Amino acid sequence: MSVLTNIKRKMFSEQATPYVLLLPAVIMILIVVLFPLIFSLYTSFTGYKLTRPDTLFKLVGFRNYIRIFGDWDFWAAFFRTVGFLAVVINLEFLLGLGIALLINKITWGQRTMRTIMMFPMMFSPILVGFQFKFIFNDNVGILNNALQGLGITQEAIPWLVDGWLAMGAIAFAEIWMSTSIFAILLLAGLFAMPKDPLEAAQVDGCNAWQTFRHITLPFLMPFAYIAMTIRSLDVARAYDVVDTMTGGGPAGRTELLWTLIARTGYDSANMGMANAMAYVSIILSIAFTYYFFSKLVAARRYMGGAL
Amino acid sequence: MSTQTKSVISWVVTFIVMLIITTPGLWVILSGFRPLQEILAKPAIWIPQRLTLENFYAIFGIGETQIAIPVLAYFRNSIIIASTSTAIAIIVGISGGYAFARYRFKFKDTLFLGLMLSRTVPGIALSLPVFIVWARLGWIDTQFGLILVYVALNVPFTIWLIDGFFRQIPKELAEAAEVDGCTRWQAFWKIEFPLAKSGIASAGIFAFLTSWNEFALASNLTRSTNSKTLPVGLTDFIAQFTTDWQACARWRSSSLCQH
Repeated sequence: MSVLTNIKRKMFSEQATPYVLLLPAVIMILIVVLFPLIFSLYTSFTGYKLTRPDTLFKLVGFRNYIRIFGDWDFWAAFFRTVGFLAVVINLEFLLGLGIALLINKITWGQRTMRTIMMFPMMFSPILVGFQFKFIFNDNVGILNNALQGLGITQEAIPWLVDGWLAMGAIAFAEIWMSTSIFAILLLAGLFAMPKDPLEAAQVDGCNAWQTFRHITLPFLMPFAYIAMTIRSLDVARAYDVVDTMTGGGPAGRTELLWTLIARTGYDSANMGMANAMAYVSIILSIAFTYYFFSKLVAARRYMGGAL
Repeated sequence: MSTQTKSVISWVVTFIVMLIITTPGLWVILSGFRPLQEILAKPAIWIPQRLTLENFYAIFGIGETQIAIPVLAYFRNSIIIASTSTAIAIIVGISGGYAFARYRFKFKDTLFLGLMLSRTVPGIALSLPVFIVWARLGWIDTQFGLILVYVALNVPFTIWLIDGFFRQIPKELAEAAEVDGCTRWQAFWKIEFPLAKSGIASAGIFAFLTSWNEFALASNLTRSTNSKTLPVGLTDFIAQFTTDWQACARWRSSSLCQH
């Protein structure tokens, strides 16, 4: 009898061990993420304003959501964000692929190149923002100085003042900051690639483009989707860059969803509405991550589970 | 096209790409060593005439020129907050990662997915409710409040990484140790932990960098020298000097040397 209970106790403790080990992590996430998010969901149904604490308990139903969905500024920021992400992530993929292929070709000094390639990763988003604010400054920026010095233009181009130019400057900063993630992962993919299919393709008479299109690229796609999934987890870092470079201005022409949330929540103290917007941005983030993750799974299946 | 011209072309292209990658960063670091009048000169002075350390003396309050921004205090906050949160995130990550790597249990996939999903929440979206709750609890502008947030921010990632490193260590090693009379804890501490150490260290570097660089949450949860970190302190320069370029430049260099 005592042997039996002993075994039972051991089984029980063995079963409980993983939960005990995971308890600290779960508690942390509960306190800092889950509980605040539930609270945030509740807040999005109230007319909470930071300046008037009693409004926290004033439920207004779906009014916040109806109001933001009927607000042209919100939709402008929303579509600007989606468009920005689509352009930036695709360009990062293409440039990263180009860099990876280049470095893969080079035999001499490859190690140094790989180190240089990772240089932008050492910079925090806020530093990248400042750096490009400095470079794109219309008065003292190195870019305008170079253009004027070379005699290309006489006037100061207002990089961060004109809406489209500012969006381009921000996209450049973002691409500069994050292309290395793609380059590193794609390069790792190129290193891991078996040589036999390439040789077989050459024997079968494929030209360089065909080999690349039908063998190298499908092999690299899972790596590209890993990079995209990682990127979609931290796309909101763009908030730091935009906030330092233009602050969403001038006149809201570079406003992204995240800067709009900060402005509504902290500057206008309109927390209820900001939380409603925050929920839209969370769903957007999850949608992006889910999309790339399902692409990753599909690409892996296409490769026959080789990865 | 001959192989030689091809390789020359690929070298030229590589050179241009590397130039684009390095120039912006190096230019700003260089500006940190140049006097203000040279940076703001019109027409631009391309080749530095005079290199100086004055800027660095100024931000640390050593030289004659003083700045009304408490850089040292921000620096201290950054160090304390980033290293404490990293240490805790690593311990929590080891325990969680070990559970995922070595045990089978109910809701394993759900728990893992939940942890990862918590990472997708944009910092600024999370900052709104955290700000309200922390304000009620009196945790705004305390190092503790920020450390807690950073631990939770880093835990999913450290668990994921450390899980991967434990998986690479064959189970048989720990089992052999247990057969030889070790307890489970001893087998972990004497066999598995030393083998996973380098992986755990790399997870620590990731966690430290995330905390060190974080801005969206820190900028809203901190108010004063009590807890402001370097990235938030950097924005002081805009407010106070309507963008003192030289100060920004030298500031970024000092913040950069920590990497």
